[in-house]
Amino acid sequence: MLDVIGVSVAFDGRQVLDDLSMHVDRGEVVAVLGASGAGKSTLLRVIAGLLTPDAGRVLLEGVDITDRPSHLRRIGMIFQDEQLFPHLDVAANVGFGPRMSGWPAPRIATRVEELLDVVGLGGFGERRVDRLSGGEKKRVALARSLAPEPALLLLDEPLTGLDRELHDRLIVELHDVLRATGTTAVLVSHDADEAAALASRILYWTDLQPV
Amino acid sequence: MAGRVDRHRAALSRGRPNQVPRWFVALVAAAPVLFVTVFYAWPVATLLWSTLDDAATGSPFRHIAGIVWFTVWQAALSTALTLAVGVLPAYVLARYSFRGRRLLTAATLVPFVLPTVVVGAAFIALLPDSWHGTPRAMIAAHVFFNIAVVVRLVGSMIALIPHDLVGAARTLGASPMKAARLIVLPLLRPALWSAAAVVFLFSFTSFGVAKLLGGPTNPTLEVEIARRATQLGDVAGAAALSVLQLVLLAIVIVWTSRRQRHSSVELQGAAAPRRPRGRSQRRLVVCVCAATVAIIALPMVALVTRSFRVAGDWSMSAWTKLGTTEVRPGAGLGVDPLASIATSLRFAIVAAAIATVVGFLAAAAINASPRAGRVLDAGLMLPLATSAVTIGLGMLITFDTWPVDWRARWWLVPLGHALVAVPFVVRALLGVLRAIPADLRAAAATLGASPIRTWWEVDARAMRRPLLAGVGFSAAISLGEFGATTILTRSGTETLPIAIGRLLGRAGALPQAQAFAMATILLLLTTVLVVASGVHERAGIDA
Repeated sequence: MLDVIGVSVAFDGRQVLDDLSMHVDRGEVVAVLGASGAGKSTLLRVIAGLLTPDAGRVLLEGVDITDRPSHLRRIGMIFQDEQLFPHLDVAANVGFGPRMSGWPAPRIATRVEELLDVVGLGGFGERRVDRLSGGEKKRVALARSLAPEPALLLLDEPLTGLDRELHDRLIVELHDVLRATGTTAVLVSHDADEAAALASRILYWTDLQPV
Repeated sequence: MAGRVDRHRAALSRGRPNQVPRWFVALVAAAPVLFVTVFYAWPVATLLWSTLDDAATGSPFRHIAGIVWFTVWQAALSTALTLAVGVLPAYVLARYSFRGRRLLTAATLVPFVLPTVVVGAAFIALLPDSWHGTPRAMIAAHVFFNIAVVVRLVGSMIALIPHDLVGAARTLGASPMKAARLIVLPLLRPALWSAAAVVFLFSFTSFGVAKLLGGPTNPTLEVEIARRATQLGDVAGAAALSVLQLVLLAIVIVWTSRRQRHSSVELQGAAAPRRPRGRSQRRLVVCVCAATVAIIALPMVALVTRSFRVAGDWSMSAWTKLGTTEVRPGAGLGVDPLASIATSLRFAIVAAAIATVVGFLAAAAINASPRAGRVLDAGLMLPLATSAVTIGLGMLITFDTWPVDWRARWWLVPLGHALVAVPFVVRALLGVLRAIPADLRAAAATLGASPIRTWWEVDARAMRRPLLAGVGFSAAISLGEFGATTILTRSGTETLPIAIGRLLGRAGALPQAQAFAMATILLLLTTVLVVASGVHERAGIDA
């Protein structure tokens, strides 16, 4: 489903990704486990098309998408700090993806309701996003990234920065949502427990790049 | 419970099946709106106009309306073009890090601190003769002058939008254009509005640029007010137009501040600028930087170059003859270039002294009593919101009867300059004073310092540096002030900007070149003062 082949990225002469390769099958939830600051976010950005690699290819379902712009990749992403659109309400945030794909309005509305129910935020549609709690923001971000039915979902440290209790509860919810929607996902994390709880397979950062 | 109420509210406001359609509301409202417009607004407007008409201004309604209309549309067009030109440099400077970024950011602020006469002279030097005395020359100069406002206000907002927010939109299927339109633009709207408001106000009340470049056939309100007061001796007509201008300005200010309040979203944190990656980003940065440098540098280069050209030949004569009698006919309109430099320097010293002392006392007072201080603060800011010509006109009308018959006193001109400079001094000082932690004063007190001693040791010491900056900046303002000076100036004590304006109005190649030479001198003096006082780092606009 997803193949990353020999990807390299350097920032200001510092090699962040060096000849990195990995493979993900359809329906898998793969966790990439590595230390903070290792370059895991950079890898997700390359897969999402937000960053052009200096070398290497990215293949989605066998098709080379390395030079395809982000908005044509159908790869969703949940950012570490959510990045909800502050000027839009919850419903408009969740409906943004379907709107970009040109869905008709009634279908967008149904999809938004459906996803808000899935993440346990039914009736939150007209709330302002800056009034939400940390856990609610994570859930909106999850609903938003799933709304346009992405072929692949990327999660950047999805549960970092939450308090213990919320963290544990969201792990279960996130696990269930990913399984229920049959989403293929790559998540990066520095927390081994989190990775084990969410993923069907764990990849270690140090194994992805030749030494 | 709260959740259920919210859900009900959401359900209520979503579908509104029983609401009457919009067109029906419009239809019903049309009649009363028409009624009020025809029988109230129109007569009242006519009444207002008629007081401004013949009796007060000595010219027919049509003429005044034409001037107002021209002033409004040139300001609107200047604003639109400034935003269009300024947004790209604002974006590149806020988003990308590259060598020379800080220098370029500082350079974009240069036009803003230049005296308007220098900008006017520089555009006369730059533009072909066919452009002289046309609205487009004036509008081009307004754009040059105001780019700093956009780079500052819009750029600081762009710097707050996280890179990943746009990334999030992209991964959700938004093309770059759509992400810009649906995410970046709405978030920038408050900054765009405030930048537009500032540029509009500056262009609306622009005097130096409008007078030198707009030509006599296209006067703005400000130019017309000055023309009536100085050339036609029609002080009453000038005053009536000033009132009209104040009313129009008040309307614009109220309306734009409403708009700004409407569309504000909070953004926290800052997105650090990144190195450009890939060919297209590098090309964008290089092209925008080159274009920005060209826009800023070309007028000034043209100005300096043209001061060395007389009648199509390279020549130093404009510079060497600055002190000779050739351009000193001795008549009422004679211009003595060297004497005007001396006058300007003398006025600048006096104005800086007044502005610094008043500003220092005001800042100390404002800081000492927060509540009454706010009134004083607002009162001292008022001269900034009033056009310079209006200030001069007000002084001219007020100070001509006993016991305040000061119209002929030389110090009235530097006093007017100080009035414009005081708000900047106060801003600079207050910024420092408010940054002093209260505990510092408490510490001094516990160490045995009396309140006055504490004030001297803590507050007065902290004010030293901004005070020096204030001296330099007020001197720079005084050197370049043109609007109030035009009204108040008396023959024999012409300042540098007045002399430049007169020389540019003369026929012949030599006076032109001399005007460029004098504008070059003014450019250098202002630059030295502004750089020395370090205001380029904390430019006047956010002061």
